Amino acid sequence: MKKFIKQIHVILLSIMFLSLAFPHVVTAQDPTPSDDDVNDIAEQLYCPVCENIPLDACATQACVQWRGIIRDKLAEGWSEDEIKQYFVDQYGDRVLAEPPLRGLNWLVYIVPPAAFLAGAYMLYRNFRTPKAANGKQGTGHKQDASSKAKTEPEIDNYIAKLEEELRNR
Amino acid sequence: MALDIGFGSLTITFLVTLYAVGAAIYGERNKNDRWIDSARNAMLLTFPLLTISIISIIYLILTNQFQVNYVAHVSSLSMPVYLKITALWGSQAGSLVFWSWLLAAFAAAVMLRKWDNERDLLPWVIIITAGTLAFFLFLNVFFENPFARLWQSVQGVTVSMFAPSGAIPYIPANGQGLNPLLRHPGMIIHPPAQYLGFVSCIIPYAFAMASLITGRKDDNWIYISRRWTLWAWVFLSLGLVLGMRWAYDVLGWGGYWGWDPVEISALLPWLTGTAFLHSVMIQEKRGMFKQWNMVLIILTYDLVIFGTFLTRSGVLSSVHAFSTSAIGPLFFAFIALTLTASLGLLLHRWDDLKSNNELKSFFSREALFLLNNLLFMGVLVTSFWGVIFPLISELVSGQKVTVGPPFYERATAPLLGGLMLLMGVAPLSVWGYSSWKTLGRSIWKPFLASLLTIPVVFYLGIWKPWYAIVAFWMVGFVIAVTVYEFWCGTISRMRRFKENFFVALWKLVTRYRRRYGGYIIHLGMVLMALGIIGIEMFQTDTQGTIDVGEYLQLDEYTMTFDDIAIFDTNDGRYVTRAVVGIFKNDEKVSELYPRRDYFYDARQYVTVPGMRSTLADEFYVILVDLDPITRAIATFKIYHNPLVKWMWVGSWVFIVGFIVTVWPDKKPHTRR
Repeated sequence: MKKFIKQIHVILLSIMFLSLAFPHVVTAQDPTPSDDDVNDIAEQLYCPVCENIPLDACATQACVQWRGIIRDKLAEGWSEDEIKQYFVDQYGDRVLAEPPLRGLNWLVYIVPPAAFLAGAYMLYRNFRTPKAANGKQGTGHKQDASSKAKTEPEIDNYIAKLEEELRNR
Repeated sequence: MALDIGFGSLTITFLVTLYAVGAAIYGERNKNDRWIDSARNAMLLTFPLLTISIISIIYLILTNQFQVNYVAHVSSLSMPVYLKITALWGSQAGSLVFWSWLLAAFAAAVMLRKWDNERDLLPWVIIITAGTLAFFLFLNVFFENPFARLWQSVQGVTVSMFAPSGAIPYIPANGQGLNPLLRHPGMIIHPPAQYLGFVSCIIPYAFAMASLITGRKDDNWIYISRRWTLWAWVFLSLGLVLGMRWAYDVLGWGGYWGWDPVEISALLPWLTGTAFLHSVMIQEKRGMFKQWNMVLIILTYDLVIFGTFLTRSGVLSSVHAFSTSAIGPLFFAFIALTLTASLGLLLHRWDDLKSNNELKSFFSREALFLLNNLLFMGVLVTSFWGVIFPLISELVSGQKVTVGPPFYERATAPLLGGLMLLMGVAPLSVWGYSSWKTLGRSIWKPFLASLLTIPVVFYLGIWKPWYAIVAFWMVGFVIAVTVYEFWCGTISRMRRFKENFFVALWKLVTRYRRRYGGYIIHLGMVLMALGIIGIEMFQTDTQGTIDVGEYLQLDEYTMTFDDIAIFDTNDGRYVTRAVVGIFKNDEKVSELYPRRDYFYDARQYVTVPGMRSTLADEFYVILVDLDPITRAIATFKIYHNPLVKWMWVGSWVFIVGFIVTVWPDKKPHTRR
């Protein structure tokens, strides 16, 4: 009996040492991604079904499932960009928090700064001296009509003063 | 019976508004005062008439008349009385009547003022307010009738005001009840405040248009409508703040603003309204920018209609939803018509509004106010564009896209930062002429004082991000400048009139209400900014699933899961309620009860967070889920929101500032 046990031990140990001769990759199992890991990605995506609700806040069954998909993919080792791309492929661009930079979408990013600069320019133009200012006013906003001397203004001022006095009585 | 009275009253009011418009036009054309007075009486009459309709809708809801489609839609047997009353504005038809009722109230109030000095404006103010009211009542009477009933016939169940032939009444046993997200005390105050804000903007617009139509070249309409504009502003602001508070309490994502199209639609008129409030001061003091102020008030009016339209129709979920509701195209047509007519009128009178002065210097108060306008318009254009771009994208390329918070935050943060900076600089500027030297002379003392914020921030352990330090400094800067202004004013009064500090301060504020009330409002705004900086830049959160007895950790807080209770309530909810203990640095500071309510009638969940709130920070817990089998394993999401309470403190401060500004002045001859 003792000899038998000793033989078994020798065989087992040999197998063990032999297996070391064959190099192979040993990967520890990825720990299950935490809720925070899932939410880090989910909060950048928008629920494809409900309007304007981020995926981490949405409480519907569909969203719960989608967060589950994110968790599975994270466990499999997918990167954040790959997961986001997966959702875009499945449901379209609307799952992203901002329109991706292509085609018509460039307008989203260009129009506001362009409008702001246009407004700033019009504001700047208002500081021109009367001589330099153009007579034609057009329909732009923030137009200060730096007016030429007219017969009206003095009368207007006088009337304005009268009206103010009348108002205060 | 109540239904017939209510609907009858609604229809009569509609006819009365049409009469008011007609009588005012006729009286104006023929210079006949009696017809104009008749129109004025008609306008006054709309308020009691609509009150009858409002009362009848509430009566129908309170008496559970589920044959009325609207009642079945917004109410149910298990809802408490206060919610049934708020259900008046719970859905589209009722909220449109509510909106009309509020407009009628304001219009009646305007009719009751002394018109002796402005008789020429009266018919046009009537035409514009009655015209707007007529439009909304038209929608109610013909498209979104709150009194329409359910009928059963061979074809099935239909909704109509009068019985279709061969149909019998269809009376559901219960209604579906108000959307559970709306079953919250916020429902009592937010929609009314928001609608009051929208509706009250119509009055200054009416005065502005009346002034344009009658060809007046003076600034009277600004003086007349100033108090109305202030009230409009404060209601718009309150509507926004209450909406933010409600979203924070109920929507369950630890935030107060999601850049949702409906939220933005309420923000847009506030932006033009605030820009307008500042810009009219330039017109008053220097006679400039009359044309621009007209543009601003026209925009405010049409944005208000646009906002009401967005809030109440589902147009922005998709362009296709636009045409499923008939009122979509009608609103669109009304906005297009009024915008074109108003701008056309402005162009017609363009030359009459030329200013007498010009801008001389970049640092003058008028230039800084213009910069203020530019920044507000920047936020406006960005927000408006972000809201309509998805529609454009869908129309043009069929591609649905989402324009979400990252877009808005990135674009508006620097603009709002600029506005904060202006709140610090502009009070020290002067009308007419300022150079950076003169400005510098007045500003260096508070500027130095404000630099103290930086070491304080460092001491509290905040070293990054850099823009947070800058933002905190700006808060300190605005506070320093405002306090400095109060200080200088008080000290100079003390010297000149030999008053003591408190008397001097009181008299200073009550003599110059507009200025010092405005400063208090600025203080309120910057305290709100403090709260926003805290939650936006320093919020942390975590989520975890734990057993009873286990705990979660976030920053210096530990939350233990102590207990769970599951029960039914007598107002139709199935409640899952957790008991959690909150420990800060191992010392127990609170016990919270986050819960999840399931509403049987609406078949929907609502999460109610537990919150522990101090001025320094807020600890916010949501019960996300409870494992149904063990009933002892729960998922919690917790947020740590620093400084967020300052948002609500700030809103109280700006209310105080508003009261100071709007309080009637004593008669001029008692001024000293």
